[in-house]
Amino acid sequence: MDLITLTPAQKRARRGRNIALGLVLFGLVALFYVVTLVKFSNGLTH
Amino acid sequence: MTVIDTTGNLNDGDIRLSEASARDYWALLKPRVMSLVVFTAFAGMVLAPGEINPFIGFVAILCIAVGAGASGALNMWYDADIDAVMKRTATRPIPAGRITGQEALGFGLTLSAFSVCILGLVVGWFAAGFLAFTIFFYAVVYTMWLKRATPQNIVIGGAAGAFPPMIGWACVTGGVSIESVVLFLIIFLWTPAHFWALALFKMGEYGAVGVPMLPNVKGIPTTKVQILVYAVLTAVAGICPTLLGFASVGYGIVALALGLGFVWYSIKVQSMSETDEKMLPAKKLFAFSLVYLFAIFSALLADRAVLALLSAFGKGF
Repeated sequence: MDLITLTPAQKRARRGRNIALGLVLFGLVALFYVVTLVKFSNGLTH
Repeated sequence: MTVIDTTGNLNDGDIRLSEASARDYWALLKPRVMSLVVFTAFAGMVLAPGEINPFIGFVAILCIAVGAGASGALNMWYDADIDAVMKRTATRPIPAGRITGQEALGFGLTLSAFSVCILGLVVGWFAAGFLAFTIFFYAVVYTMWLKRATPQNIVIGGAAGAFPPMIGWACVTGGVSIESVVLFLIIFLWTPAHFWALALFKMGEYGAVGVPMLPNVKGIPTTKVQILVYAVLTAVAGICPTLLGFASVGYGIVALALGLGFVWYSIKVQSMSETDEKMLPAKKLFAFSLVYLFAIFSALLADRAVLALLSAFGKGF
């Protein structure tokens, strides 16, 4: 088993990717939630 | 600190610690192309008869944008070899070494699947199928086949860039119609003049990587004539919404003026000398072509907004 220490640039890049991915996932959750509400309300009115 | 298990089948060369930023992945989506796709898909959605819930419409545009971005990532994955040679594309994430080809391929395929599935589940499977076909057409038919095989590459391949307003239309109506085909034709016929203007002043770079663009294969005089022919056809397609009755005479006048401008810039290209290294007329045509497409779809949207306002006032009285 080898241990590799990330360089500051690699750490910074990984942190940026993680934040972006987190935001995308959060956005998808919100998106699916609102889509569900819209679809349900349409189903009730029609 | 990262732990790497070297007891597996990985070799040293397989281990790579990425320095790619989120911005690099964003660049893979070709955001500038994506913005044009979003705009024309939105126009198709607004112009289509019928209604769509604004939030569902937003999701549809988002899916179309992500699908377009995914095809851009697949294009960059396949074209990394020629991108590395051309000055305009050498700084893209793959040739610059910030993202590997495999990462871009996985990214593109994942986004393609997600965008198509979400569009299908939220909006409808006809529009989703159309989006899937568009991604396939751009990534496989254009990028993998036509681009390196024929000087007519961007004529046929241009269809991929012309489909978004039809997809937007299909999101509302669930199908296609003559009006959406006209929106397709405006972009489809505009693409050759737009790209060949670029190809004229980038001839050297395209020649260096062996992409058979029309100026490199058939020569500059033939390209100039073809540019003019497609500019005239684009101008005619531009006024078709008025001729077919789904846009006003006011729009028709604006479209005619824009079309004449496009033809005029194409005529200026005819008088460009073959020894002209700066190729300013071609650069001006390229710049105007971008303005033309944005303006023609803006005019269609404005026309529809004015008609809606007049209709609302008419009902009020």
